[in-house]
Amino acid sequence: MRLRAGLLRQVPRVTVLLLTLPVLAGLAGTLIPAANPAALRALANWPGLEGAVRLSLVSGIASTLLALMLSLGLVAALLEHRSFGRVQALLSPLLSVPHAAAALGLAFLIAPSGWIARMLSPWATGWTTPPDLLILNDPMGLALIVGLTAKEMPFLLLMILAALPQVDANRRLTLAASLGYGRIAGFGLTVLPALYPLIRLPIYAVLAYAMTSVEMAMILGPSLPPGLSVQITQWMTDPSLAHRGTAAAAALLQLVLVIATLALWHGAERLIRRALRRQAARGRRAVPLDLLRRPLITLSVVLAAALFAGLAGLSLWSVAGLWPFPDLLPDWTLTTWTRVAPDLLTTTGTTLTLALLSTGAALGLVLSSLEAEHRYRLSPGAGAMALLYLPLIMPQVAFLPGLQIAALRLGAMEGVLAVASAHLIFVLPYVYLSLAAPYRAFDPRIALQATALGAGPARIFWTLRLPMLLSAVLTAAAVGVAVSVGQYLPSLLIGGGRVETLTTEAIALSSGGNRRIVGAYALLQMLLPALGFALAIGLPRLVFRHRRGMLPA
Amino acid sequence: MTGLVLDHLTIRQGDQSLVALTAAIRPGEVLTIMGASGSGKSTLLSALIGTLAPAFRCEGRITLNDRDVTALPTRARRIGILFQDDLLFPHLSVAGNLGFGLPARHRSDRAARIDAALAEMDLAGFGPRDPATLSGGQRARVALLRTLLAEPQALLLDEPFSRLDAGLRSQIRTLVFDRARADGLPVILVTHDPDDARAAGGAVLSPLGARIST
Repeated sequence: MRLRAGLLRQVPRVTVLLLTLPVLAGLAGTLIPAANPAALRALANWPGLEGAVRLSLVSGIASTLLALMLSLGLVAALLEHRSFGRVQALLSPLLSVPHAAAALGLAFLIAPSGWIARMLSPWATGWTTPPDLLILNDPMGLALIVGLTAKEMPFLLLMILAALPQVDANRRLTLAASLGYGRIAGFGLTVLPALYPLIRLPIYAVLAYAMTSVEMAMILGPSLPPGLSVQITQWMTDPSLAHRGTAAAAALLQLVLVIATLALWHGAERLIRRALRRQAARGRRAVPLDLLRRPLITLSVVLAAALFAGLAGLSLWSVAGLWPFPDLLPDWTLTTWTRVAPDLLTTTGTTLTLALLSTGAALGLVLSSLEAEHRYRLSPGAGAMALLYLPLIMPQVAFLPGLQIAALRLGAMEGVLAVASAHLIFVLPYVYLSLAAPYRAFDPRIALQATALGAGPARIFWTLRLPMLLSAVLTAAAVGVAVSVGQYLPSLLIGGGRVETLTTEAIALSSGGNRRIVGAYALLQMLLPALGFALAIGLPRLVFRHRRGMLPA
Repeated sequence: MTGLVLDHLTIRQGDQSLVALTAAIRPGEVLTIMGASGSGKSTLLSALIGTLAPAFRCEGRITLNDRDVTALPTRARRIGILFQDDLLFPHLSVAGNLGFGLPARHRSDRAARIDAALAEMDLAGFGPRDPATLSGGQRARVALLRTLLAEPQALLLDEPFSRLDAGLRSQIRTLVFDRARADGLPVILVTHDPDDARAAGGAVLSPLGARIST
């Protein structure tokens, strides 16, 4: 980094502005049209309003609670246990699977003509044609809740695992056990109070996402009426522009719902914290709670297995010829792939371009910020961390429409560049979260030794820090690519429908019902991030194959 | 017999023998295990509290007051442990920490028992305090009380209070041994510090069972 000192020092501040300004400007742009009595009246008169609000609340809160309890339960039940490594290995690849692909896979699995029904038919069910059952898109949103839970659980688990070393979890658990406490009670009473503040922001991001998810809700959620955010998206993308006001009013309502729910959640946190403290002083060892261990583990494994089976089903559909119900396996053919290859190539190219642009920019900003933090001994406070999470907690439908209008007005940005800039807002926080810990853990004595040998900070950065952190940098890049590939709403809205990515296409096609084509798009959507992670794991091993000290143990 | 008995307790990792001990510690007695770091001391501790990693092979028996605890999970062994650090829970008050140790069956007189325990350690009135406001010696005493209130049948000391400065350490050490003797607890002390071993007054062995004179 041969940047002038003053410049580098400003990078963290500029990065925070790059994250927060678009969110706040977009928010204003979306919400200003809502300050219009006619728009509010139109929203109030929409017959689907009550159902949409209920769906947002129920599916958001239920799936977040479930995902949190399952991931905490897994850690409480299995930490330091032999099988924990296996469960982790099972869950972590699911992190890189885009929400849309996960939802489509799950949809193919549980649909009346899906694998589960085929497996049980006709010998158990007597069905020779797919039954007329509303399993998918059920009005209660159960399928949506299952999908959100399965997808968010691995994310929360990873966040918990990253925070555990900071709270001395192993020794606290051993101490609690030596005093006679059961595992789950010991975890809840001694580790959780210290752990929770460290995972609060990720939980809020999950809650806000689950309440406002568009792509998962379009695929798994009810359609008449759809969830609030799905309806807002439909109004926003309506070519007639007649529903813009209603959409703005609904976006305001969605924002208020999210803020109110976060406030409610925060209140519940306090109550639970107080209850846990009181409980701890009572001395109840609560050993029977440990009976929950097996069901918790089973449920997590079943959810993960369902996602895997769904993804396998997607892949199979893409090479399926004739596949009548209730056959378990199809006839094989490559017809689908040859037919969609030209479109698929273009779309994959666009998707990859967006991912590389946004991830490249994010890496540059994050590395500069971390280097500036290091050189000038800056440390991001709680406020900066909250700002980092702002784009992840703020509902996308509340600020992307405003951002779209701003982008159109400015006219300077359009197409792929504009979409890549929008992706950057979501890619950057994840790249930072992924890279910050390994960057700060870099042995300071190495830099000290190099300085004593006469190296300046720029040379230390380029020849020591960056190469030694290659693995961490590539992993952060793979995370960035996975986040970018998975983006639906930013690509759809900022691209104005003209920038087609694997995600927007897979979702657009999913309502058409051609499972073979959807399978092909979703499979590629899932493969791109997987490829990124494979490179992040493989490249350092190749580059450092003659450097045993650089290889993971 | 009453007390803590290690009956041909051997722990191996691969071909390497880390622990080989046969010993009987009567109530109120102290056995010191001394050795340099990496000598199998912490492996022995893990085996005694039941947290040995699967990579280790453990044979022999551990009995406590004639109960075979070898295969029991940590929580069922009733072996109290004091670590190098006091590990007071920062989210609980001093009384909350002690309440965590005191079994739930003492329902009606919890507060009175905790107050009495604090008073015995010259900590009367410290119940509502935040542990972070306590001195090192006060924290060490609260940690000891928390362990004792859980009514253990044996006590393990893992380099106890090695983070305290020398004067304070000998004072706390004496306090711990006096309490263990008064409560009739068999004690195993694991340390690399000859001072600790001398203060304990009992037999001193290496993890492989060799007698060490201090």
